[in-house]
Amino acid sequence: MAILVEMRKEELMIEQPEVNKEEVYQTKDLNLWYGDNHALKHINLDIFENEITAIIGPSGCGKSTFIKTLNRMVELVPAVKTSGEIYYRGRNIFDKNYEVEELRTRVGMVFQKPNPFPKSIYDNIAYGPRIHGIKDKKILDEIVEKSLRGAAIWDEVKDRLKENAYGLSGGQQQRLCIARCLAIEPDVILMDEPTSALDPISTLKVEELIQELRKNFSIIIVTHNMQQAARISYKTAFFLNGEVIEYDQTNKIFSTPSDKRTEDYITGRFG
Amino acid sequence: MLWMKGVFNMSSQKYAATLSVQEMIAKKKRQRKNWSEKIMPVILQLTAIISVLTTLGILFTLLVETFAFFKDVSLKEFITGNTWYPFSEPGQYGIMPLISGTLRITGIAILVAVPIGLAAAIYLSEFASDKVRRVIKPVLEVLAGIPTIVYGFFALTFVTPILQKIIPSLEIFNALSPGIVIGIMIIPTIASLSEDALGSVPIAIREGGLALGATKLEVTLKVVLPAAVSGIVASIVLGISRAIGETMIVSIAGGSTPNLGLDITGSVQTMTAYIVQVAQGDAGYGTTIYYSIYAVGFALFIFTLIMNLLAQWISNRVKEDY
Repeated sequence: MAILVEMRKEELMIEQPEVNKEEVYQTKDLNLWYGDNHALKHINLDIFENEITAIIGPSGCGKSTFIKTLNRMVELVPAVKTSGEIYYRGRNIFDKNYEVEELRTRVGMVFQKPNPFPKSIYDNIAYGPRIHGIKDKKILDEIVEKSLRGAAIWDEVKDRLKENAYGLSGGQQQRLCIARCLAIEPDVILMDEPTSALDPISTLKVEELIQELRKNFSIIIVTHNMQQAARISYKTAFFLNGEVIEYDQTNKIFSTPSDKRTEDYITGRFG
Repeated sequence: MLWMKGVFNMSSQKYAATLSVQEMIAKKKRQRKNWSEKIMPVILQLTAIISVLTTLGILFTLLVETFAFFKDVSLKEFITGNTWYPFSEPGQYGIMPLISGTLRITGIAILVAVPIGLAAAIYLSEFASDKVRRVIKPVLEVLAGIPTIVYGFFALTFVTPILQKIIPSLEIFNALSPGIVIGIMIIPTIASLSEDALGSVPIAIREGGLALGATKLEVTLKVVLPAAVSGIVASIVLGISRAIGETMIVSIAGGSTPNLGLDITGSVQTMTAYIVQVAQGDAGYGTTIYYSIYAVGFALFIFTLIMNLLAQWISNRVKEDY
């Protein structure tokens, strides 16, 4: 534990303005089943705006399922059932009148593996604004540049905007996907292990980017990599077997966890 | 170190055959007849060569007979003449009316098959439940297995009378009815192959679109469809090639009047239908009429070749790699 605390002192301490923050997400007794498999059990979490919230836990603990529930992408899986409530900015996302497209327009998502569209770099970024009715070429040009700059990839691609996105490296593709997400200026960005398919250098770039994005967005990130959670997040939730074992400030979780299972996991005794 | 001993013991263990596994493998290898390793590639190569040779042989026959035809008829008349009347004296061999007939029927077939086939493919791939897909896909494929002669009589005795009620001036033999029926015939080809193309677009790409707040239809039309376009173009071209080459349906329901123009209500003749008509025995061996079927066949060959090259070019230009 001592070593861990030492590491934390250097790495952590991301300045967090402790003003009155509003919750972006509140889950109330959220349960989810895949068929008979009870994948999420009685989840009660409050997630605050303009913070990076990390979700950690061993494989199959429900962390990906949880984040996909927040924008209802989980419903693409057949035979999914949920109970309980998730409030996004005070509104229950399971409400019948809440259009899922509206939710996903406010809540962007970055996936585990980069998934650009098989289109040009420009069209990838312009896709989101276009489907939401923004057609003006000049405005689109601006959005594309701003988003690519926001995702720290503009300098690498500015001369090849018309080229197919699949010509980019994996790390560039992932930053492109983040840029695509930024293009519709979402409120929250969900990230599902965004660096797990990337090499260390690309990972570092994406992590720096995430830090940068925190200023304007609320970010919820699922990660398999505990160092990553420690490096970039302000709060961490530890999931195990579909339950939230512990949810607290990241430095607390990584230095003095209150639950034995959290301690076992972060010290590498399992998972 | 006990475990190391165990490993060591195992490697030298003798089985019932009193040989180690490695020794048994070596023995088998000596026994195994090596001829199959040597002869199989030769046989496989031979089969590949046979198919190439057959193609070349067909092309050769076609060329020889076509050449014989052009001893009697000038190439210029063949290509630019606008009357096809081989049974007159002297015969007139302008192929344009036959090409015109083929194009009219193919055009109608495409107008029927592409929208319906594509819509069916999109439905099956993106919107149908697994249950529905499992029922509809085999049915579609059965449709592809119906002999074309059945389609021919379906056109003549079922579709034509219905069309005649709608268009009173429609003749018994016309281009419209076989065109529509050929369209129906190639729907399964287009639907099934396009569905495969749509289905092979990675789910991750769809998720990327949905996560941006796009509706399912927006994702389908603006992401999935463009991504699958090369497979879709390929399916359409295959369908067109089948329409161009279709013989039975047009022979039965299309009539046998070669004419130039855009009329689809009267009797027409296509290239294939002409070949059938002559092959049925109207012409003796060695006559110009006899040779003309090879010339028409050769024209048909050029036609489909151009189609295929065009399709490749189109699909290379619009392809979106993933």
